[in-house]
Amino acid sequence: MHKMKPLIIAGKEFNSRLFTGTGKFSSNKLMGEAILASCSELVTVALKRVNLNNDTDDMLVHLQQPNINLLPNTSGVRNAKEAVFAAKLAREALGTNWVKLEIHPDPKYLLADGEETLAATTILAKEGFIVLPYIQADPVLCKKLEEAGAAAVMPLGSPIGSNQGLQTRDFLRIIIEQSNIPVIIDAGLGAPSHAAEAMEMGADAVLINTAIAIANNPVNMAIAFKMSVEAGRLAFEARLAPSAHFAQASSPLTSFLNEL
Amino acid sequence: MTFFDIHQQYNWDTVKVSIHSKTVKDVEDALAKPNRTLEDFKALISPAASPFLEQMAQKSQEITQKRFGKTIQLYVPLYLSNECTNSCIYCGFRCENETARVTLNEHQVLKEVEVIKAMGYENVLLVTGEHPKKNGCDYLQKIIRLIKPHFSQISLEVAPLDNEGYKLLVNEGVHAVYVYQETYNSERYPVYHPRGKKSNMQYRLETADRLGEEGVRKVGLGCLLGLEDWRTDSFFTALHINYLEKKWWRTKFSISFPRMRPFAGSYKPNVEVTDQDLLQLICACRIFNEEVEVTLSTREQPKFRDNLVKLGITAMSAGSKTEPGGYAENSKELEQFKITDDRSPKEICEMINYKGYEVVWKDWDECLQTNI
Repeated sequence: MHKMKPLIIAGKEFNSRLFTGTGKFSSNKLMGEAILASCSELVTVALKRVNLNNDTDDMLVHLQQPNINLLPNTSGVRNAKEAVFAAKLAREALGTNWVKLEIHPDPKYLLADGEETLAATTILAKEGFIVLPYIQADPVLCKKLEEAGAAAVMPLGSPIGSNQGLQTRDFLRIIIEQSNIPVIIDAGLGAPSHAAEAMEMGADAVLINTAIAIANNPVNMAIAFKMSVEAGRLAFEARLAPSAHFAQASSPLTSFLNEL
Repeated sequence: MTFFDIHQQYNWDTVKVSIHSKTVKDVEDALAKPNRTLEDFKALISPAASPFLEQMAQKSQEITQKRFGKTIQLYVPLYLSNECTNSCIYCGFRCENETARVTLNEHQVLKEVEVIKAMGYENVLLVTGEHPKKNGCDYLQKIIRLIKPHFSQISLEVAPLDNEGYKLLVNEGVHAVYVYQETYNSERYPVYHPRGKKSNMQYRLETADRLGEEGVRKVGLGCLLGLEDWRTDSFFTALHINYLEKKWWRTKFSISFPRMRPFAGSYKPNVEVTDQDLLQLICACRIFNEEVEVTLSTREQPKFRDNLVKLGITAMSAGSKTEPGGYAENSKELEQFKITDDRSPKEICEMINYKGYEVVWKDWDECLQTNI
């Protein structure tokens, strides 16, 4: 049986390279079923949506599974100060020091503020948080985040929720090539083929929400993404043959040597 | 520059003619494009678009699901005061109406909060008339402090305030402010708003700019359907949002199109806005702007609301009372307008689930907010 290499983030091992989100599902029950079917082991939860004063928050109830780790996100915050506060609140309420930083002052396209994200990462990493920042596919910013102590980087494939696939692929390639920490392609992946492409390129994991949540059959779509992520990763590990536009003679420039 | 300056560049009648002269071809083009302009929006709200309603509804559903998922947010209005110094001729709170006037005291507000919390709400909308001495900024500040421990999201639908007022209330934790223009028709605006602070149309047109300036997270806009040509008024609403989104890019926007309801004093709507019209408008808004939140209140009848759940709206109220003290005491004589959908939040929840959608009770946490 072929097996992917496990992914390690901040010393923690993951057997699935598909991370999932919890928003947009037509019911919390269906969300739980889809996530279970995806075999995802890291699941993001928007702190703003969780009822922190209520132990029986309906969304959290459906995520109580042995292999599911929660990754609280700071969605909705607009600056580093709010993000740091949110991370601390999440640690207290959900008992985890993992946090996905989402700092988007622009509520229309939900694009990350690199400056504030770097500032928040610096503070939180120093305080012992496992920080996974969501950011533009900006190679320099990714290196700075690595230096600041991020546990992984989460560049976007295309605008969040857009289902447009890897529009930023040229920059993602550079990020993947240069990174010493895991690269998780976070947003805009709308089809299993997009996820497979990201994995083939060498991404360490992908995060999918909208494409699964609003599918007609989220459970089957979750399985489809699971399979595509595994296929893409296995292909990457098995080293894809390079592609070419033209048929190549085996040695067009040097075959004359045989004729001498 | 504020929206007042933009508004002045447009002539109501010219816009109206332009909307009414849109053709089937314009509608087809608007529907086929990936991004729509204001001219496309005109086509989508024009009479020429009515044969395309089914197609528009399908597109609206698809776009809304992509952005918001299969979810509907629930909120509830808490009427704090019906005291008002304005005389808007269509409103149940107008000062000439001889109804009893009430501004809830802290004890009464807490009684209301108790009932609202028991219904499951985390998101409350505070509503007042305009009476600076009775329900102005000081009063609102006091009430927000009082109820803050009970809600994760507090919004306001109160008279326009100045910058200082908004700054103060944002610092107290206000998340969203809704200020409806009622009509963008500058010739007719004074007819509806003859006296009081609200008669100053420019001040109202500039309100959303003040809110953007003071960093309010969400601003709600809209016009009152039934006063003037709904197509022209909704064009100006779209123009307003378009301008605001570019200028106040950190702010989230919400839109609502309340249709006029009977009230004490019984003002009859000037123009009829049919169910089909309202559906067309909501779908057009969604197709034009994929990110704007769209609210539908209990003014609308149950069957209409049930069907709209999947067609472009993102938020609904449920179990609403439109009179101060209405939740704990229920005295209908003070109400601003009659609601049409009197189902309880639990019933609305069941309906939403039955439609295959999940209810979002909480979408923000006041404690996450820092002052800017």
